[in-house]
Amino acid sequence: MIANYGFKDGSGDWYIVFDTDKCNGCGKCAEVCPKKVLEVGPDEFDIFREEPVAAVKPEERKKVRYACAPCKPGYGATPPPCVVACEPGAISHSEGWKILYGR
Amino acid sequence: MAEEVKTQEFWRWPETNWVNPDIDWKKGKVITAGVDVGSVSTQAVIMVDGELFGYGNTRTGSDSPNSARKGMGYALEKTDMKIENIDYCIGTGYGRVNVPMAQQSITEISCHARGANFMYGPEVRTVMDMGGQDCKAINVDDRGKVLNFMMNDKCAAGTGRGMEVFADLIRVPVWDIGPRSFQIAKEPPMISSTCVVFAKSEVVGLLESGMPENDIMAAYCSAMAHRIMELLNRLGVKEKFVITGGIAKNKGIVKRLEKELGIKTADRAWYKKEYIDKGYPFDTQLAGAIGASLFGNALLKMGKAKSARKA
Repeated sequence: MIANYGFKDGSGDWYIVFDTDKCNGCGKCAEVCPKKVLEVGPDEFDIFREEPVAAVKPEERKKVRYACAPCKPGYGATPPPCVVACEPGAISHSEGWKILYGR
Repeated sequence: MAEEVKTQEFWRWPETNWVNPDIDWKKGKVITAGVDVGSVSTQAVIMVDGELFGYGNTRTGSDSPNSARKGMGYALEKTDMKIENIDYCIGTGYGRVNVPMAQQSITEISCHARGANFMYGPEVRTVMDMGGQDCKAINVDDRGKVLNFMMNDKCAAGTGRGMEVFADLIRVPVWDIGPRSFQIAKEPPMISSTCVVFAKSEVVGLLESGMPENDIMAAYCSAMAHRIMELLNRLGVKEKFVITGGIAKNKGIVKRLEKELGIKTADRAWYKKEYIDKGYPFDTQLAGAIGASLFGNALLKMGKAKSARKA
């Protein structure tokens, strides 16, 4: 399952995207996140999944645009820590920040 | 003596409930219920062995537990079934954690996907839930499992509540807006701001400029359709494409969305032929509660149900 956490508004797409089929629930992304917006727990969108999965905390979902901005000076120049920490490569970020911080 | 002021609330859509006359619930093995407490409406659905037994569709009040009780009471009104007879109840929607009779809560995304699968059939690939306060775009597989989802709950633009505010403003019952938005000479340009507050002032301006009411309705419907399309474009729309939730009943938006996307939405009819033949009412708002109820059935069968009932 592709889980998009975040929002879309007039200024663009602000989503943190998890590929839950790749996620192994190791929790490294949650550890390295400087703003602590990620967590690992039961999959709330697939009740039959037994393994834990990483997700954005519910209270942070409407704020990811701002919470994640410090990790993205020159979008793509230095990948955000959560993306680097994820060994299976399950995390990606949407284009909003790229337009804002990319060169 | 002052004359009593007559007011009409144009946003007030009718509440409905229904009980299946063909099922004797006392003979049923498993009775499950789903309560979808949304931001605007609350639905309670009762299913006997995975078949639709009854539902109640009401407005959500200011507190979720009471709304859930009201919805459930309304669903049970025409039957002699009691809440105690329900084996397993699942809460969903915004107020899902505050449903007193529910043993478990499941997110509305999963429930709408599952419910749409039941209502429209396994060919459904994209579900657009147009709720009272948000819209969700969901890609599903043939079993109703979520493959990809996107939610927009940041603001009420392009949602049911936005339409209610608009109905109240132009003083036209909310269910008349769709049909009337087609009684126009020429499609007007859409309302430029989708924000409910800004759109409201734009509409006031248009009314003052003498634009016909029907044209304004058309302009608002296309603005809403456009906004939904923006959300869907990121996710990708596949056929069979269905819309659930209250806005699905508004032809003015659905038809304009179909035109923009170039994809037809599936007919609003039961997938199960016997349901059509027997004339069971089809209400797009029920998808979440139906999904929750089906999950309840599945969890009971798998032996994964949590037993404790909160109230």
